[in-house]
Amino acid sequence: MDIEVLGTGCIKCKKLEENVRSAVAELRIEASVTKVEDIAKIMEHGVMSTPGVVIDGVVKSEGRIPSQQEIKNWLQGK
Amino acid sequence: MLQALADLLVYRLLVIHPGTELGSSLDFFFYDTVKIFLLLTVIIFVVAVIRSFFPPERARRLLGNKREYVGNLLASLLGIVTPFCSCSAVPLFIGFIESGLPLGVTFSFLISSPTVNEVALIMLWGLFGWDIALLYVATGVILAFIGGIVIGKLKLEHLVEDYVYKIKVGDREEVVLTWRERFEYARDYTKDILKRVWLFVIIGIGLGALIHGYAPIDFIVKYAGPGNPFAVIIAVLIAIPLYSNAAGTIPIVQALVGKGMPLGTALAFMMAVVAISTPEMIILRKVIKPKMIAIFVGIITVAIIFIGYLFNFVFVHHLLGA
Repeated sequence: MDIEVLGTGCIKCKKLEENVRSAVAELRIEASVTKVEDIAKIMEHGVMSTPGVVIDGVVKSEGRIPSQQEIKNWLQGK
Repeated sequence: MLQALADLLVYRLLVIHPGTELGSSLDFFFYDTVKIFLLLTVIIFVVAVIRSFFPPERARRLLGNKREYVGNLLASLLGIVTPFCSCSAVPLFIGFIESGLPLGVTFSFLISSPTVNEVALIMLWGLFGWDIALLYVATGVILAFIGGIVIGKLKLEHLVEDYVYKIKVGDREEVVLTWRERFEYARDYTKDILKRVWLFVIIGIGLGALIHGYAPIDFIVKYAGPGNPFAVIIAVLIAIPLYSNAAGTIPIVQALVGKGMPLGTALAFMMAVVAISTPEMIILRKVIKPKMIAIFVGIITVAIIFIGYLFNFVFVHHLLGA
């Protein structure tokens, strides 16, 4: 599983990255978490409000910090 | 009911005599603090739920290939409802420009979005009344509309950083939120804003209360009253570096109006506090050249000063006519 956290370095983006990493660790899922800070790469996903989460190329959320439960649901493919 | 509660607390429980300076200041402080925090919590939550329906991606689509004027008006109005945080200013700017939106229309949005914000609105409504709050919204929209048109006419496209034009925005389906996710977003948003402004609100209301209770009635009239032709300009120049204290400045301004500051001067001051923010300019520097930042700030400053004088003129004549 390929997870990207989109954000240019604001506080919310860091918080989201932490949440994603802890959700991955908790579920013991095989996944790579990358922080994407390059604006051109962020825009390639069509995201205009950061922070965003992209899982396997699909934008799951943008402009907000999703709850831990929400992130876990995505990771488990629910 | 809140007034009764404040009266009870100050005059009965703290046994301070009504009519004294201390009593009047404290009463004003408790009443306003409770009222403003109630308003902030409820209204920010409601506004955030509304905002969850207008992500910037939707604003971009709604603006589509709108040209000048219609585009400027729509962008100024969308700026009210679209959630905006200065950390998203860069992707938003690029997204708008990439979709072929004229620079002036993009700027109408960038002016309206921070200027007509819910915190300023609630403070104005709570402290000045809904008529002044509405007047502020209308003025903010007009400022964004005209500011954007002027920037559009100046043909400043070459002052946008080159890389902006090279970025390609990906196409995709819109993420649709469930109601539960909207409420969670609104809850987080409300907490976030309250955490950011509470101290400023208390300090602002506290200073306002001191002015209210202790400053002599005509103290403002001497310095910033209708007799000082430069008052609006000075007020706006003082306001520009005060960003992020919007929540704190409005109670002080309200107290100053009570001491004779003309409404136009007060409105111009408040508008300059929120419309021109240093952090936003620093972030916009990533997409536009310094010369364009200077032009942008210059246009907004002049427009706000003009608005200030206009209101002072209209209200003075209104009062004379009545």
